[in-house]
Amino acid sequence: MVSSAPDTHHNDVRPMIKVDNLVRSFGDFQAVKNISFEVQPGEVFAFLGPNGAGKTTTIKMLTTLLAPTSGTIRVDGLDPAKHQHQVRRLFGIVFQDPSLDSELTAYENLELHAVLYGVPRKVRGERIERLMKLFELWDRRDQQTKLYSGGMKRRLEIARGFLHTPKILFLDEPTLGLDPQSRNQLWTTVKSLNESQAVTVFLTTHYMDEAERVAQRIAIIDHGAIVAMGTAQELKEQTKTTSLEGAFLALTGSALRDEQASNADQMRQMMQAWRNQKR
Amino acid sequence: MSAIYILWLREMKRYFRSKAQIIGGLGQPILYLLALGVGLGPVFQKAGQGSYLQFLAPGVIGMTVLFSAAFGGIGLLWDRQFGFLKETLVAPVPRLYVMIGRTLGGATTAMLQGLLVLIVCLIGGFRPGSVATAALALPMMALIAIVFNAFGTALGSRMESMQAFPLVMNFLLMPLFFLSGALYPLNGLPAAFKIITNLNPLSYGVDGLRGALIGASHFGMGLDVLVLCGVALLFLGLGAYSFSKIQL
Repeated sequence: MVSSAPDTHHNDVRPMIKVDNLVRSFGDFQAVKNISFEVQPGEVFAFLGPNGAGKTTTIKMLTTLLAPTSGTIRVDGLDPAKHQHQVRRLFGIVFQDPSLDSELTAYENLELHAVLYGVPRKVRGERIERLMKLFELWDRRDQQTKLYSGGMKRRLEIARGFLHTPKILFLDEPTLGLDPQSRNQLWTTVKSLNESQAVTVFLTTHYMDEAERVAQRIAIIDHGAIVAMGTAQELKEQTKTTSLEGAFLALTGSALRDEQASNADQMRQMMQAWRNQKR
Repeated sequence: MSAIYILWLREMKRYFRSKAQIIGGLGQPILYLLALGVGLGPVFQKAGQGSYLQFLAPGVIGMTVLFSAAFGGIGLLWDRQFGFLKETLVAPVPRLYVMIGRTLGGATTAMLQGLLVLIVCLIGGFRPGSVATAALALPMMALIAIVFNAFGTALGSRMESMQAFPLVMNFLLMPLFFLSGALYPLNGLPAAFKIITNLNPLSYGVDGLRGALIGASHFGMGLDVLVLCGVALLFLGLGAYSFSKIQL
């Protein structure tokens, strides 16, 4: 059931992402079990799955941060394990956890990114301004990001992801913890950039409504394996349910998922609690 | 190149924005200067060695650079915990450049901190032998800073616990400091002690500082520079290797 992409009119172009029989193990534990999928250029593709399903592990392998145990990955025809450098130029990424320097201002964070990615000096300032205005952050560009709200940080990170005009944007649960207004604005902007600049978007989420709203195709992933793939409509038909949520629960069951909090998560929670106390 | 520069610049900005760190970093050196400089001064004088403050100041400056450089490695743990490390590791920049940018930044802040302590020493009555050779203290500080920041990076790349890092660091730095000749002259020590102090890279750093600032050097400044350069290369290699092995 996880065969080729259903939208056949794309078949004449090389997929932007092509994954075959990908496996990643940590000791005895298989986090990603033999998954295969393709993402077409310009497509918005979503990985939908519960906590601990293997979404982030897959993203790490696609973005050169983790080597696969076996299987092949091609990002725009390149192997991320072998051509780290070329692949890193191709994508922008918004990580699940924040990745801004909180001591630097928003503008400085973007400037640093632009330099790291070799954005020419001539277009740097103009591009930073355009993106910050688009994400409604320009007025607060000189503020340290530690003073930003969660939603503003996320917007800044997404603006940063677009800064070097990547071919692919990876979004790993980008709306986690955001209010509905921020989520709405974020997706509207991402969608419009996807359309105007033909950026391929690969996102992970466990919000059904988001997957349905922005993604052309959705892969439902659970316990490291892709259990279904297709448009939201196809997934509903396949499971004879009326909503994507119904389809999701039909495919993944309703047992609760435990995810071990890493050191970093615990640390962040402590910091969060500490900051809240100060207010 | 510009990647190295922007990462160095980041460390500078972070340093200058953290006034508490700058001021707080002066506490320990001032305590040493006061407690030991004043307290042991008369004994030192009686032993016929002249002014203890003159002798101690280069040692305390060396200590300042040692500690701020090595503790710079904790920035790596912070960046890991709070995510910024990922941003630099996923960028299309060789990790070696990222490591060099960070190390140069950390080393520069350690040097600035050492300069501040030098100013404190001058205010406290320390007088360098000659202004011309005193300028040589700058490259000496830079060498000490690079050696120990690379050391801190090597350790910081391998540790994830923010609680353990300072403990381990202190455990390693305290002996380095006390067995370096920062507090006492190296001549006339028992043989075993002599071997240890001669193997300690900080001995050469402090000795070089003393050569530059008061014109009295135990090993000779040429050897000091040679040893520090060698150890710097070794630790830079070790730091770069450890940094390249970081997995997120």
